[in-house]
Amino acid sequence: MARIVDDDQRMFMTGNEVLAWAALAAGAEIMYGYPITPQNEIMHYWTRLAPRFERGFLQTEDELSAGFTTLGGVMAGKRAFSATSGPGDILMQEPICMAEMMRIPAVWIIQQRGAPSTATVIYGQQETRLACFGGNGEGHRVVYSTSSHQELFDYLIKAFNTAWSYRFPTILLGDGYQGKMREAVTLYNPEDHGVKLVPTEPFVGRPGVPGVDRAPAHYRNTFNIEEEIYEIVHAREEEFEALTPQIVEFESGYLDEAEMILIGHGIVSRAIKEAVKLLQNKGVKVGYFRPVTLRPFPVEELRKAVEKVPAVMVFESALGQLLSMVKEAVGGLPVKIEAFLRPGVGICTDEAAEQVQEYLRKSSMVH
Amino acid sequence: MHTKIAVAGEGGQGVQSIGEILAEAANRSGLETTYMPNFGVEQRGGVSIAFVQISDRPIGSPKFKRADVLVVLSPRSVERTRGYVTPGTTVIYDSSSIEAPKIDDMTIGIQSWETLAPEGFADMAGNRPGKGIKGEEVRRDSNVRTVGIPAARIAKEELQPRVFNILILGAILAITKVVTVEAAREAMEHMFREKFAQRPELRDDNFAALERGLSLVETEQAGAGR
Amino acid sequence: MENKTSGSATSESKTGFTTRTVVTPNEAMPKVWRRETKPHRFCPGCGHPIILKALAQAVEELDIQGRTVFGCDIGCSLLAWDFFNLDSIQTHHGRTTPVIAGLKRARPDLIGVAYMGDGGGYAIGSQHLLNAAMRNDRVTVILCNNTVYAMTGGQMAPTTLPTQKTETTPYGRDPAMTGEPTLGPELMAAIGRKGAYAARGTVANYRQLVKFTKKALENQLADRGFSFLEVLSTCPTNWRTTPRQTWDFVEDDMTRVYKVGEFLKPEDEK
Repeated sequence: MARIVDDDQRMFMTGNEVLAWAALAAGAEIMYGYPITPQNEIMHYWTRLAPRFERGFLQTEDELSAGFTTLGGVMAGKRAFSATSGPGDILMQEPICMAEMMRIPAVWIIQQRGAPSTATVIYGQQETRLACFGGNGEGHRVVYSTSSHQELFDYLIKAFNTAWSYRFPTILLGDGYQGKMREAVTLYNPEDHGVKLVPTEPFVGRPGVPGVDRAPAHYRNTFNIEEEIYEIVHAREEEFEALTPQIVEFESGYLDEAEMILIGHGIVSRAIKEAVKLLQNKGVKVGYFRPVTLRPFPVEELRKAVEKVPAVMVFESALGQLLSMVKEAVGGLPVKIEAFLRPGVGICTDEAAEQVQEYLRKSSMVH
Repeated sequence: MHTKIAVAGEGGQGVQSIGEILAEAANRSGLETTYMPNFGVEQRGGVSIAFVQISDRPIGSPKFKRADVLVVLSPRSVERTRGYVTPGTTVIYDSSSIEAPKIDDMTIGIQSWETLAPEGFADMAGNRPGKGIKGEEVRRDSNVRTVGIPAARIAKEELQPRVFNILILGAILAITKVVTVEAAREAMEHMFREKFAQRPELRDDNFAALERGLSLVETEQAGAGR
Repeated sequence: MENKTSGSATSESKTGFTTRTVVTPNEAMPKVWRRETKPHRFCPGCGHPIILKALAQAVEELDIQGRTVFGCDIGCSLLAWDFFNLDSIQTHHGRTTPVIAGLKRARPDLIGVAYMGDGGGYAIGSQHLLNAAMRNDRVTVILCNNTVYAMTGGQMAPTTLPTQKTETTPYGRDPAMTGEPTLGPELMAAIGRKGAYAARGTVANYRQLVKFTKKALENQLADRGFSFLEVLSTCPTNWRTTPRQTWDFVEDDMTRVYKVGEFLKPEDEK
């Protein structure tokens, strides 16, 4: 694969531009896309870069087509991807479900915007549930929720490797802030950092005449009887669970002696980490826990983190989507679950810290 | 050191360029920085806000509730950004398009503990209409520093209307010293290299505007003069 | 190598049914058909196997078995998912066109065939069909027109004839309420770009069907443009017709609305 930079290169750019470079670095061979804000610039940069690196692009008639052409590209054996947001994300669930059913290692970038429906083109975390469990199915997909430009770069490379290693569709879940924001990032060639690109292989069109030199490859999305699909879904679930320890990622800090743990994912985790540092400087004992993979969710790790903590507070730019995952994960533990829910609106460091202080002040008055 | 800057104006006034240059300059100075545009569904028009943070340590949330520096360049953007003013905020405004009491009305709206009438607050802030303020510190008890720059008028009369935003940038640099003038120049050379190469007079116009903006605060009576 | 089925021992009627019994069924089968999955799963009297036989014969004659990828949709076409000795992808309703179009973009050396019904092509997947045609995607779309949604139990399709009774038009299709039947090849001819091919064949004329199928594949092989072939087909199960009534419906009723022939040839000026 061609080197994208001579050497590690510090750049100052928007997140969408970072993702186009990351896709190049990840060896992505073709992108299929349909315009929707706030992911458009991924296509803009990709279409500028792609010809210089002999990569392909197709603009389709809608997100259904963008998703299904992506599946065609992957089944041809190419590292193919698409990017979308909001209403497009809804349509994209149809091909993502087919990828789950047929174990097609396609990669999607989802830059969340306000919801429901068209809502705002700006920002939100209201596609969390959709990214994890969208469509008709059991959520057999990997979802990485990033929080910085460096993570956009690192995790898109990882997303392709995860997809092609485990054959589960893989989603990089960002948001409009991450797409449109500028901050510093270091671009690099994966091999310079010891990251090997997992090789791809075609599902169809391998050498030889089917039925003569080899068996034909027959892939299907439809099954006839109940027991058949029951077996398949169970086998898939077992496999997904077995792979969870290899895939799952989280980040945490200041857990020891914490009176409260702040929980958030994606860009919101920046605010809570910063708030924790602010509060720690004031002598307030708080910690943070951030799931990096939302599918699979770091259930065991979160339970361990909160088992001795009186309370947690979930922060998200949605009305309880992460919250319900947290509740499910910590079920049975004697921890109080508070939440600061801001659908479609960013969460700032100061207000996160204020919320926590207010809660701790009130709860100490109760005691 | 951690400075949160919001620049607000009408779409087409170049507020995003101000934000981008500040952030690019900060990045080039080895500082941590984030720049985030607000954006709506319109391609043009509407109130546009640029959020910039510059710090010597990693930056948390890219958005903020309260600004250390708020730059407002149109009456509508005053309305949109009233929530960003807090004690300690420096408000820089285009005094040729916004009247001083409007600014003070805005700051009062935020500081709900204040009960002064707009004119009275303007008075207290040392920001009487028609009186030169030269970017001086306002009285301590208000804790909001307002600086009026007749940027649109100067750009129109002395320079080119299109370099209005760079004139503002010069004033921001002079007032906040958040990045050096050299770093801002370098950032502009980098960001506009293609435009400058195509039309060299653009470089001259822009750097002249930057100088004029700097000088406005440092040497002139930058009154609210209309 | 297996023998070709179109040997002298076998002659085929206009309908495509093998009428002599001097050869075994296995020998009558195109080698591109997969014996292990026969007998096939289509209903008696269904037109799909005739279309699939024509496709098999065309693939054989063009010698492209090693590079053809067969995509099939939801609806009865999905029953063809393991029908061939061809790499095959059974996709999702209406989405076979984009899957094959995406595959072709990624691997232009492959020959992509998207096989679907009238619902998949003209209703739920119509935007994909139109846009693939307008982009002049180098794929071959073969669409089976049997005037109904067959697998779901005989509802009205875009191709249902005026006055035709279906489960959702129990008193007959009223064009004032539901529009006139969709004329696919005519539409493709109108929007098709230079180099595109659009034709309508019928299971009632097998030789012509093979000829059209070959042309639709050759056009892709020559990298000239989008190729579209609609085929008038039968569904006695949902039509609730006898064999005689079935053939009358295809040959008389359907062809009164749906003209058989070529509507756009690659060499035509556009």
